[in-house]
Amino acid sequence: MAVVAQVIDLVKNYQMESVTVPALRGVTLAFERGDFIALMGPSGSGKSTLLNILGCLDRPTAGTYILAGRDVSQLSDDALSEVRGRYIGFIFQSYNLIPQYTVVENIEVPLLYQGRLNRQTRRRCIELACLVGLGDRLDHRPTQLSGGQQQRVAIARALVNDPEIILADEPTGNLDSKTSDEIMQLLCALNDAGRTIIMVTHENDIAAWARRVVRLRDGRVEADYRMDRAA
Amino acid sequence: MWDRQTILGILSYVFYAGLAAASILVLAAPFLLGVKGRRCVTAAVRSLWLHKMRSFLSVLGIIIGTLSVIVLMAFGEGSMHEALEEIKKQGATNIIITSVKPPEEASTTRRAFVARYGLTYDDLRYYQEALGDQVVSILPLRIMPAEVRPVLAGNRMVQGRVIGTRPHYAVAFGLENALAEGRFLTEADEFPIPANVAVIGSDIAQTLFPGESPLGKSIKFSGKDRAFVVVGVLKSRHPSTSGAIIEQFNNDVYIPLEASRALLGETQFIRATGARSAEQVQLHQIIVTVREMSQVRPTAEMIREQLSRYHLKADWDIKIPLDRLEQAERTRMRARILLAAIAGISLLVGGIGIMNIMLASVTERTREIGIRRALGAKRSDISLQFLTEAIAQTTVGGIVGVILGLLMVVIAPFVAERFFATHLPAKIHVPSIFLAFFFAVAVGVLFGWYPARRAAYLDPIEALRHE
Repeated sequence: MAVVAQVIDLVKNYQMESVTVPALRGVTLAFERGDFIALMGPSGSGKSTLLNILGCLDRPTAGTYILAGRDVSQLSDDALSEVRGRYIGFIFQSYNLIPQYTVVENIEVPLLYQGRLNRQTRRRCIELACLVGLGDRLDHRPTQLSGGQQQRVAIARALVNDPEIILADEPTGNLDSKTSDEIMQLLCALNDAGRTIIMVTHENDIAAWARRVVRLRDGRVEADYRMDRAA
Repeated sequence: MWDRQTILGILSYVFYAGLAAASILVLAAPFLLGVKGRRCVTAAVRSLWLHKMRSFLSVLGIIIGTLSVIVLMAFGEGSMHEALEEIKKQGATNIIITSVKPPEEASTTRRAFVARYGLTYDDLRYYQEALGDQVVSILPLRIMPAEVRPVLAGNRMVQGRVIGTRPHYAVAFGLENALAEGRFLTEADEFPIPANVAVIGSDIAQTLFPGESPLGKSIKFSGKDRAFVVVGVLKSRHPSTSGAIIEQFNNDVYIPLEASRALLGETQFIRATGARSAEQVQLHQIIVTVREMSQVRPTAEMIREQLSRYHLKADWDIKIPLDRLEQAERTRMRARILLAAIAGISLLVGGIGIMNIMLASVTERTREIGIRRALGAKRSDISLQFLTEAIAQTTVGGIVGVILGLLMVVIAPFVAERFFATHLPAKIHVPSIFLAFFFAVAVGVLFGWYPARRAAYLDPIEALRHE
């Protein structure tokens, strides 16, 4: 399978006063198109740092990050914004919808910043809302939705720009187990349809939905293995 | 032709046209910007609507600021305009020469002493001959103060100034259209035989002839038998407050100069408390009107020279309304700047309020900023969003302020007249509307800029983590 994202010898240090704190000490990983990866590890293992770099929210101290065939490790802030908007879909633990926007408007946001918002793409937003099962709640605000429904909106939003990779940061962390299952089923369905998903989690039974598990410890890859999907 | 005045005039028009264009551009901006811009504007309006009370309070500062620009400018402009009109009424091309009692005569207490001073018929004749073509008219005046001879009609009496003058007084003082009824004095009243006719002010008419037309009625001056026929009544005029003395035109009686000379002579007895004095003054005032404003100063200089040569005493004074006009114009400019500055300060205070709210809003919406950044918003997108919000507030404030301000300018003079019996001149100063609106919007840009920048430079990771 083709490699869609690749990090080579990635190093990230945080400068705290005069002390340098290493978060990643040389991580090399390749992510294949259509894969479903679970990033695991105890807190402080560097998995959030890695996710931030993969999401182009942060730049590595050293090393290379190649996304969609392009070295994005040292781009300018504006260029990174562009890359995020074009190639990456985010799903957060706390949904992170914009409270004053309706369901459809929330899904539209990535298109808005790429200047691609028109009648056609707006229809696509509605289609995506239907796809995640919120076709009857297009004009609702986030506060009028349950946690699971909000996360569905977030997933639709992550899909709207047709991203190369979807980054999910503990997507079920705020949900009960039944809703969690529904969300994971949705993510699996997307993965089956060809989406590349990289998910950070610390729960084994959530990680069990993935095809590949990468365990980090102290800023290094501790384990990297494939497994059969549980469901 | 290209003097300073003209260039300044053109520049100020260009300036105001620029302001007007900028104001219109701001109003049209939401329709000119693309989808992103429109979304920015709707988002801004919506988030302001979300916190109605807060938005209202922060916009209130801008409303008051804009309103005060309009109102202060209008009232300042109104009273200045009135003062200028007043001076113009006296005539910017006039030179006013007045008889003045010399100080050495004023101190005397001798009885039966007649103080002789002032302008003479010789002076008048000299001006008629010596001053050239530039002179349009030379107007002699004899003024009897109100306390000297009360005016009588039947058994009614009123105190009024008696002014002996020539027909062209009406031209010099712009009274051609100020007649309520009848006519002003004419040449036929002077020559060949001096006629006993009078034109009276509106207050005199009202007091002596309540509820009837004074035309054709006769009036007398106390102590004299000769009766004068009223041939004209003047409309009410605002008292002149621009000079040192308040002139109550409405209590004036105008009679032909020759008649006044024949009737009253040249000596006047003035009864003051405990003392009696007499003065002999041939002419109290001569008003020389020249053709062009540029001829005022040279002509005045000639007159001054003549007076200082032939008058041994300092019993004259020259006033040039043009001087006061120019001074008043300067004062007007100063007042405008001062009022604009005061109003500008209140706008500034309003702007600080906006900045405060915007900073609070940025902090409150840090997470939203993080989300937007994660979803592809550039720094410029974020700063545009917050800037739009600030400008939306000040624009709304500006519009409301302009409307309320205009409303106030229209209503206030009426209220002042009706309830406080005060004349409050107000004149809407059109450029001030654009000025106020433009500065309201500019305040939004100015005070929205820093919060917007702060929002734009938040670290997206930190912002996303913000609770």
